[in-house]
Amino acid sequence: MTAEKDTVLDMTDLTQSPEADSPEAHSPDDEPNDAAGYYADGTPLIDKKTPTGPIDERWENRKFNARLAAPANRRNLSVIIVGTGLAGASAAATLGEAGYVVKSFCYQDSPRRAHSIAAQGGINAAKNYKGDGDSVHRLFYDTVKGGDYRSRESNVDRLAEISRNIIDQCVAQGVPFAREYGGLLDNRSFGGVQVSRTFYARGQTGQQLLIGAYQALERQVAAGTVETFTRHEMLELVMVDGKARGIIARDMVTGEIETHLADVVVLASGGYGNVYFLSTNAMGCNVTATWRAHRKGAYMANPCYTQIHPTCIPVSGEHQSKLTLMSESLRNDGRIWVPKNREDCDKDPRDIPEDDRDYYLERIYPAFGNLVPRDIASRQAKNVCDEGRGVGPLVGDFRRGVYLDFTEAIERMGKEAVEEKYGNLFDMYAQITGEDPYEVPMRIYPAVHYVMGGLWVDYDLQSTIPGLFVTGEANFSDHGANRLGASALMQGLGDGYFVLPNTVRDYLADGPFEKIDEDHPDVVAARAAVEQRINKLLTINGDRSVDSFHRELGHIMWEYCGMERTAEGLRKGIDLIRSLREEFWRNVKVLGSAESLNQSLEKAGRVADFFELGELMCIDALHRRESCGGHFRAESQTEDGEALRDDEHYSYVAAWEFSDDGEPPVLHQEHLVYTAIEMKQRSYK
Amino acid sequence: MAVSGLIFIAFVFTHMYGNLKAFSGHDAYNTYADHLRSVGEPVLPREGLLWLIRAALVGSLVVHVYCAVVLWHRAAKARTTRYVMKRNIASTLSSRMMRWGGVTLLLFVVWHLLNFTIGKVNVKGGATNDPYNLLVDSFDTWWLTVLYLIAMAALGMHLRHGVWSAAQTLGLTNNAAARRNANALGVLVAVVIAGGFSLVPIFVLAGVITK
Amino acid sequence: MKVTLKIWRQADAASKGAMHTYEVDEVSPDMSFLEMLDVLNERLNAQGEEPIAFDSDCREGICGMCGLMINGEAHGPEVTTTCQLHMRTFKDGDTITIEPWRSDAFPVVKDLCVDRGALDRIIQSGGYISVNTGAAPDAHAVPVPKDKADRAFDVATCIGCGACVAACPNGSASLFVGAKVTHLGELPQGQAERDRRVVNMIGQHDHEGFGGCTNIGECTAACPKEIPLDVISRLNWDLHAALRHGK
Repeated sequence: MTAEKDTVLDMTDLTQSPEADSPEAHSPDDEPNDAAGYYADGTPLIDKKTPTGPIDERWENRKFNARLAAPANRRNLSVIIVGTGLAGASAAATLGEAGYVVKSFCYQDSPRRAHSIAAQGGINAAKNYKGDGDSVHRLFYDTVKGGDYRSRESNVDRLAEISRNIIDQCVAQGVPFAREYGGLLDNRSFGGVQVSRTFYARGQTGQQLLIGAYQALERQVAAGTVETFTRHEMLELVMVDGKARGIIARDMVTGEIETHLADVVVLASGGYGNVYFLSTNAMGCNVTATWRAHRKGAYMANPCYTQIHPTCIPVSGEHQSKLTLMSESLRNDGRIWVPKNREDCDKDPRDIPEDDRDYYLERIYPAFGNLVPRDIASRQAKNVCDEGRGVGPLVGDFRRGVYLDFTEAIERMGKEAVEEKYGNLFDMYAQITGEDPYEVPMRIYPAVHYVMGGLWVDYDLQSTIPGLFVTGEANFSDHGANRLGASALMQGLGDGYFVLPNTVRDYLADGPFEKIDEDHPDVVAARAAVEQRINKLLTINGDRSVDSFHRELGHIMWEYCGMERTAEGLRKGIDLIRSLREEFWRNVKVLGSAESLNQSLEKAGRVADFFELGELMCIDALHRRESCGGHFRAESQTEDGEALRDDEHYSYVAAWEFSDDGEPPVLHQEHLVYTAIEMKQRSYK
Repeated sequence: MAVSGLIFIAFVFTHMYGNLKAFSGHDAYNTYADHLRSVGEPVLPREGLLWLIRAALVGSLVVHVYCAVVLWHRAAKARTTRYVMKRNIASTLSSRMMRWGGVTLLLFVVWHLLNFTIGKVNVKGGATNDPYNLLVDSFDTWWLTVLYLIAMAALGMHLRHGVWSAAQTLGLTNNAAARRNANALGVLVAVVIAGGFSLVPIFVLAGVITK
Repeated sequence: MKVTLKIWRQADAASKGAMHTYEVDEVSPDMSFLEMLDVLNERLNAQGEEPIAFDSDCREGICGMCGLMINGEAHGPEVTTTCQLHMRTFKDGDTITIEPWRSDAFPVVKDLCVDRGALDRIIQSGGYISVNTGAAPDAHAVPVPKDKADRAFDVATCIGCGACVAACPNGSASLFVGAKVTHLGELPQGQAERDRRVVNMIGQHDHEGFGGCTNIGECTAACPKEIPLDVISRLNWDLHAALRHGK
């Protein structure tokens, strides 16, 4: 269990030679895998960093065995951190405090704008302040179960353990969590769990936590340990001698292509939900940082695992640029329905008699009703809309929306009580739609919200590229196939404040590393590749805007790699993506110059990477012929239409290795072993 | 700025109160004027207290104007490219008139001192060594009264925002109720002082106060 | 509906800018204001004219990245962020003037984008509580009265968009500074650095070239998060206290 110096190299060696006919290749009953031909089988992937022993001692042991870096040496060790969300800002602040030389990058104009800020609900922590039977083990248990047994148990246990430190840290920083009259912290239960372990700051928990981390980061900037680079976008990873040694970034204001070198690169660049064009992500969220690293050898794990949130405000027209989430607490009191008859769909909902309404969740799932898990609520909404019973404006050929009706709640609780509980959400809805939800039922529709997939990392959060660490939503590690509510904030901060500082230190203990300069041939090549790509995008001079390509890609992804996936649809999706990508590189129109702020150029680079990611997502979804968590394969369902997991064949992390352009990706499987929890099939009927 | 402003408020309030003596007639008014010079005797020489007050006022004026100039200058430097279109949505006219209103008041004070204190100009050519008669002669002149009333409007507006702003600057308005109260006090002080000052000129012009 | 837009265009910080007029038709009332600009940009792109640069990110009113002066009002005529403003606020045939935030402390980067790094530097000067990671006591070690915690939260909702500066006739950022000083000053955790914080943050504010506050109140009216003017009073109170304590 001692951290060996050559562990990292060992692992890379282990996984470098793909073997097409590996005995580990899985397909049910030895039929060819649905995705046969789209990928190659590789050797299994083993996370050598995971400590063994009793689960609740693993993190303690790992910390003890992580080597130390003398304070005097830290001044000579440098870290680049891409992204300033919860994961990135907390890591930058903590590593800065430790005395390393830290450079922090974000594409926004300030680190405080990262999209963690938009998280509404709360943050879980196993504090058991309510004395309702919560514990580290229970949080661990709920998280693994919520992830449908597709996460790595050691990571999840560590997350549950450090969740308690996160709250302490945030309170000390001045995060104004909700409190009770006695002055102690308030908790609520969230996402269907039976204990109250969620700490919150009204509906703006993400904002308050991010500002805490941002302030800690700015404190280090003032102390001179962290330098921030705002309006900078990472466009390439610099690798020298097989190790991550820096990044190529574009100054988005001057257009200058800059080289930044360091001993460690941390990617905290968030999720890639924007591959769907419409999502609850921010406009700028992208996959470029992680995809560039993937192309250089970092494996991408479980890319198809996408969380689709059921209670978002529906699309209002073709011009829509993003979707807005409303807290799913609305489902506690609102009733979801659509008209029974298609011809009622454009009527005023108040004129549709009770008998002509289909409260479909209550009908199909009488036990859970409107409180079924996110993925079920989302999928059923799509089903009724596909049947032509959706409501709201026609977008394309469909009405994409279902009613979330508070009429009964208002009758039962009174308007004031409803306002007290949901007033801010109702206001937000009215602001966006122009409709008064107290009078007319709200319309909701599912939207892409979070991606559980991301770059594969070991227990130390190190990717398959030595010296490249990945944290927060950008990695795949803790949420399995579905993420529990209020766990994303916990993971981002846990990784940044408490995990990385230990594991990065262990890696840096090998330092000081060989000095490299900007003239190193590998650095020059990385930089040249970036310049060439920008130049290419600016000179295609075709007919179509970047946004039109992005919108079309998003449509393909939503249609074929969305809530419900079929082998046939995924194959079609892959074909469509490939031809769209081909057209993109032939027909995109990017105006302006490379030497100034050029938002079309920024978007073009991101969309180019989304094409490649989208294809891999479809291949991943195609190869995984099981339904688990947020991933529903129509071919794998029970007789009554529920998700059917296939533990026998798919209890592994699918880690994809990039092959050359045009070559199929290579699948490496990391088998999931559960020693502290028993695998169970879920049921909500 | 707030402190010097509060000194002015104390001064103008007292001044306004003194002016109202005009309603008590010639002798009461002149006795009051003389008393201002003799108050504090014999500890202080004649006009001693008056000069102390004058010194304090001049000091406050220097501070007040200096702060105003600094703020004005900073505001000008803070936005050298102006908006093509800018709307004010919440601010009172008083708050936006503080600077030009202040300049108006400064010019007025100069004239006022020339009129009644330093130059003692009697536009009707009458006696200048009798404060009451000088007052009545002055305000019996319609354009002088109009001039004074305009100045009092400027003073009222300056006080209305000034009182509230001083409360903010001194950190006394830490909640919504305190803010409401400070604003109400601003209006009250403005009405009482500017209104009180205006009574004498109006009543002189109307012929109620006569020699 | 159809609208006429008068938009400030400026190639970069060094260039001179000017207003340009564009017409946009087929505007749907359900569009957000920024989606309307997206539509215009798509058209400009098709015509071979470089699209208009403007900032936005979350488009749900929380990141603070967007911010336009719309018809002379910061974030437009509603109390919300620019991204949450919808075209139904306007009428068919309206002429809408769109400018960047105007403040010398926020230099124009391009068209409608400005550099708000000054606000980050103000935070760097003291807008934090110094606590190293892992050094925190248990979260329940210090109870915080609910009213104080609530007030801290209310003012901590500031999104750092800069609308207060844009709307202030003096170009002051006092509302921004006051919000942070009040947020941290209300909490027991923030007391140790309270004096130092206010002195340093105001010093940095002035150094950045923001104007001085004359308590006009345009800032709070423009603030999409409705940060009250009390925070400026609190800022002043804390400053006087710090000066009394010899800081």
